Amino acid sequence: MSDTHVQTSTSLPPEPEKATMEGRNKFLGFWLFLGAETVLFASLFGTYLGLRNSTNGGPTTQELFSLPMVFVATVILLVSSLTSVLAIQAMHRNNMKGLQFWFGVTVLLGFSFLGLEIYEFVEYVHHGHTFTSSAFGSAFYTLVGFHGGHVLFGVLWILVLQLQGIKKGLTVVTAPKYYVASLYWHFVDLVWVFIFTVVYLMGKVG
Amino acid sequence: MKKGNLWRLLFLVSTLALVLTGCGDPELSALDPKGTGADMQLDLIMLSLYIMLGVMAVVIVIFTYVLIRYRQRPGDNHIPKQVEGNTKLEIIWTVIPIILLIILAVPTVYQTFVLAEDAAETTEDPVEIKVTAHQYWWEVEYPEYEIVTAQDIYIPAGERVHIELTSVDVIHSFWVPALGGKMDANPGLVNEMWLEAKQPGTYKGKCAELCGASHAKMDFKVVALERDQFEKWVADMKEPAPEPTTVSAQEGKQLFENNCMACHATDAGQKSLGPNLNGIADRKTIAGFMDNDKENLEKWITDPAARDVKPGSSGPKGMPAFHDKLTEEEISKVAEYLQTLTIE
Amino acid sequence: MSTHVSHAHKKKNILWDYLTTVDHKKIAILYLFAGTLFLLIGGIEAILMRLQLMVPENDLFVGTTFNQLLTMHGTTMIFFAAMPLVFALMNAAIPLQIGARDVAFPFLNSLGFWLFFFGATLTNISWFTSGGAPEIGWTAYAPLALPEYTGTGSDYYVLGLQLSGAGTLIGGINFLVTIINMRAPGMTFMRMPLFTWTSFVISALILFAFPPLTVGLFLMMFDRLFGANFFDVTMGGNVIIWEHLFWIFGHPEVYILILPAFGVFSEVIPTFSKKRLFGYHSMVFATTLIAFLSFMVWVHHMFTVGLGPVANSIFAVATTAIAVPTGIKVFNWLFTMWGGRIQFTTANMWALGFIPSFVMGGVTGVMLALPPADFQFHDSYFVVAHFHYVILGGVVFGLFAGLYYWWPKMFGTLLNEKLGKLHFWLMFIGFHMAFLPQHWLGLMGMPRRVYTYLEGQQLDTWNYVSTIGALIMGVATIVFAINIVMTFVKGEKAPADPWDGRTLEWSIPSPPPEYNFKQTPLVKGIDAFWIEKMQGNKEMTPAEPLGDIHMPSPSILPFIMSLGFFIASFGFIYHVLPVIIIGMGIGLGSMLARSLKDDLGYHIHTDELQEKGV
Repeated sequence: MSDTHVQTSTSLPPEPEKATMEGRNKFLGFWLFLGAETVLFASLFGTYLGLRNSTNGGPTTQELFSLPMVFVATVILLVSSLTSVLAIQAMHRNNMKGLQFWFGVTVLLGFSFLGLEIYEFVEYVHHGHTFTSSAFGSAFYTLVGFHGGHVLFGVLWILVLQLQGIKKGLTVVTAPKYYVASLYWHFVDLVWVFIFTVVYLMGKVG
Repeated sequence: MKKGNLWRLLFLVSTLALVLTGCGDPELSALDPKGTGADMQLDLIMLSLYIMLGVMAVVIVIFTYVLIRYRQRPGDNHIPKQVEGNTKLEIIWTVIPIILLIILAVPTVYQTFVLAEDAAETTEDPVEIKVTAHQYWWEVEYPEYEIVTAQDIYIPAGERVHIELTSVDVIHSFWVPALGGKMDANPGLVNEMWLEAKQPGTYKGKCAELCGASHAKMDFKVVALERDQFEKWVADMKEPAPEPTTVSAQEGKQLFENNCMACHATDAGQKSLGPNLNGIADRKTIAGFMDNDKENLEKWITDPAARDVKPGSSGPKGMPAFHDKLTEEEISKVAEYLQTLTIE
Repeated sequence: MSTHVSHAHKKKNILWDYLTTVDHKKIAILYLFAGTLFLLIGGIEAILMRLQLMVPENDLFVGTTFNQLLTMHGTTMIFFAAMPLVFALMNAAIPLQIGARDVAFPFLNSLGFWLFFFGATLTNISWFTSGGAPEIGWTAYAPLALPEYTGTGSDYYVLGLQLSGAGTLIGGINFLVTIINMRAPGMTFMRMPLFTWTSFVISALILFAFPPLTVGLFLMMFDRLFGANFFDVTMGGNVIIWEHLFWIFGHPEVYILILPAFGVFSEVIPTFSKKRLFGYHSMVFATTLIAFLSFMVWVHHMFTVGLGPVANSIFAVATTAIAVPTGIKVFNWLFTMWGGRIQFTTANMWALGFIPSFVMGGVTGVMLALPPADFQFHDSYFVVAHFHYVILGGVVFGLFAGLYYWWPKMFGTLLNEKLGKLHFWLMFIGFHMAFLPQHWLGLMGMPRRVYTYLEGQQLDTWNYVSTIGALIMGVATIVFAINIVMTFVKGEKAPADPWDGRTLEWSIPSPPPEYNFKQTPLVKGIDAFWIEKMQGNKEMTPAEPLGDIHMPSPSILPFIMSLGFFIASFGFIYHVLPVIIIGMGIGLGSMLARSLKDDLGYHIHTDELQEKGV
């Protein structure tokens, strides 16, 4: 079935992530998993839209959100998406150093996004907007928090892969891992674009 | 043997389905409708049943024929012709069901909208009734008459009444099968529906959504009266109850005021934590399901959450058991007093 | 790459073998036995409920106890019996039917099983805790399921389903990838056996239907454990959100169960009619159409919620539309038999008994889809009758058909046909006796989920009949158990192709070797093995020369990972932080270990293959 029979690690095929049956399975399986994740976030968005005006007397979305800070967070995440693309491009050039560098940048950007998000949440709590203060609070922290959890998982995952990379190098076994991790990272960024639009922009305007 | 069994089955289904119309408890059964809503619903049920029995019959006839005609016979080892399909046949059994469904869809959509109408569509100035579900009883309020009562819902017969449904705790569902289909009572939301009894009578109502331990016993009654009788009931409800005459009942009243008044009002217009007890002596049942007599009243007061009464009804918002608060004698006196709370 | 990992693991004992297996055939057996265990538990719960309802105002199981029985019966049967048994058949048959050596993700396959198993165990453990089993119905509507109204039983429900749901989702992805990527040469999509097709479609349904349940369970968990307010109306919550999320999952779920049964019938009926499936293309089309429609009909479970006549009408029409593809299927089965030579084996008896039973469940489904009529049917015993006709008369009959059909392939022995037929007839009679009367019980005013009914409402006779029917089904199950035990003790050895089968699984030995196919077969059309047999060949034409076969290594990690999350669940339920940390640590640690250590697998060499023969 396999079209290429590359077994040595010195000369990688042009698309190492799809060189083996396992790699192709992982690639497809991960896409499908992202399909399930999409439905998961769609359900969370639906819940949020149903409850975003149920503030129970607490601050409303208009009073709460500050767009400049969220905009900075958005830019950070979008740039990190770009750096993860650069990492995969480096992988395709069989450039392990480039891969490690650009994934390193991605991880740093991911952590700074998380830092901003935590800062933002602390601000909200000071304004009396907490997880338990209203249905809106529960829905907001659940949706945005789920995304934040995905970011955290993503940076930790990429870190683990980077550490593995030091020992194992770039092979047809590790390449699919890098590839799906970067897919995951794009997905997480894409979800944020929707959160930015639906939660923050619509919350400020609508 | 296969064939015989299936024919018997078909016979059973069709005869029972037909014979059963008109079966069941006449105060309860949806098959014996006493309301305009239930009438419409049974018509639709029967229409769909006939169409479906037709479909069943076609399937069973082909099925039986095939099983007999093409069964393996001893010694027969021929390889049948491997047929891929038959476009004409496949179109037939795609198109005919579509036509049948369209036939069903028309009355369905029409009725769906009729049932969602406002009561005022056919009845001028319909009686407004607010029904609030509690674990495990029903509060009934008539805002225009300033009457609050429980368990028995009085309505005028021959006209639509407008019902607003809600719940104070979990989701319940309001169902009077003989008068019409059900509607959920959701906490935090209000649902509206109309109900119409064609003739006077008492109809049994049930909670149809799992709501806790005593869901099975969350029964109520709808009492339909002629219009003038209904108006008399309204007037009677607003009359204060007669003072108890016997000594024990007077003592019972005192005990009631000391122990029960915190949760139970006895004035027509007053809402209370527990059921309003104005006219309890005239209610069809105690707690929705027991015969209305002194013995059952005592049983209820003694331990409402007993295994054979209403398990789970002594919760934080429920009625406490009084067997450790009052003596048997005192409970008997309270019951005697309650039996004087009549509106007639 | 390392190719010299020997077969040392083979020497290990059978328990260790099954705990660590990543072989789809063994995982099928695990699913089969776990599913059967929970089927028995759920069945006992059903019989206890029917005993309580045998006579009016009975005193056997009242109030909360009865509610626990009905909740655990529904939850167990749907999630812990029907689902794993479907997965048992999928694992047993699909790789063989598509000519693959294993599934795409053997490790995840094992993980899926253990997550399901620990989730199911967790939920059932609740019976033995002070808080008792959940008492909220399998639908767990808020706010009844909130801590204000129910205790830790509801937590067991939420966490148990969360675990087993994760396992199911993993299983779904695994089979999607397996079917897309691992088909043998020549096995195009339109040549796949119908069981593979329906399994493929339900794997896609799982992929899109389970996440809403996951989210619903998370919201419920947050409300219950961390004081969130999703369903608390006093804080602005909305109780209907749960109903939407649950039924967006719940309706596809019933198709997730029934479509594989349809697939089994589409294998069994042609095999025992000696004829190819009539209208293969329209069967595939009908399957995908049913799956597609299943996502746009969930509101028919919510007609009485008060969403208004517009929503109700739209969802009513969408729901009735499902009858069309389903009807296509029924007629295709009938015309598969038309002109055939019908053999009344036990497997085929289940398929034949299914047709009238399921059609009855289907037509009541159409009746339920009409909102005005549903206002009467909803949450009454009519609904109970309807879904038992489709789930028992459809899914369970399908599972039994599949079990009697594939048992020889799974175990290499034949189930006793005489006992099998007794099992079928008892079940068939008991089933109709139990559930047919429930149609009119509902219309006569009996709501579902009631622990008792008063005398004098004319509900007594038919409840009595229904209970007798349930008891007969209990006897049928005992016969089935005897059959299984006897077959294990002294079952007749099964040949490779006991039924004169049509698909690839019958071209290899019973039970198959661990690598399934010594040489990947070349598929020339629908019913690939039948084609070869008609051309006078005894075996499939190979698509590759004999060569070394790469196999994945067994692993205990799936078991440990699931055990970790299982332990953490107790920490969540009883609010014990150290237990949460230990459990999550074990679970996440196992994930990390899996990521760090690459599985190189081992090879079975050509000489070894030749030695063993076929």
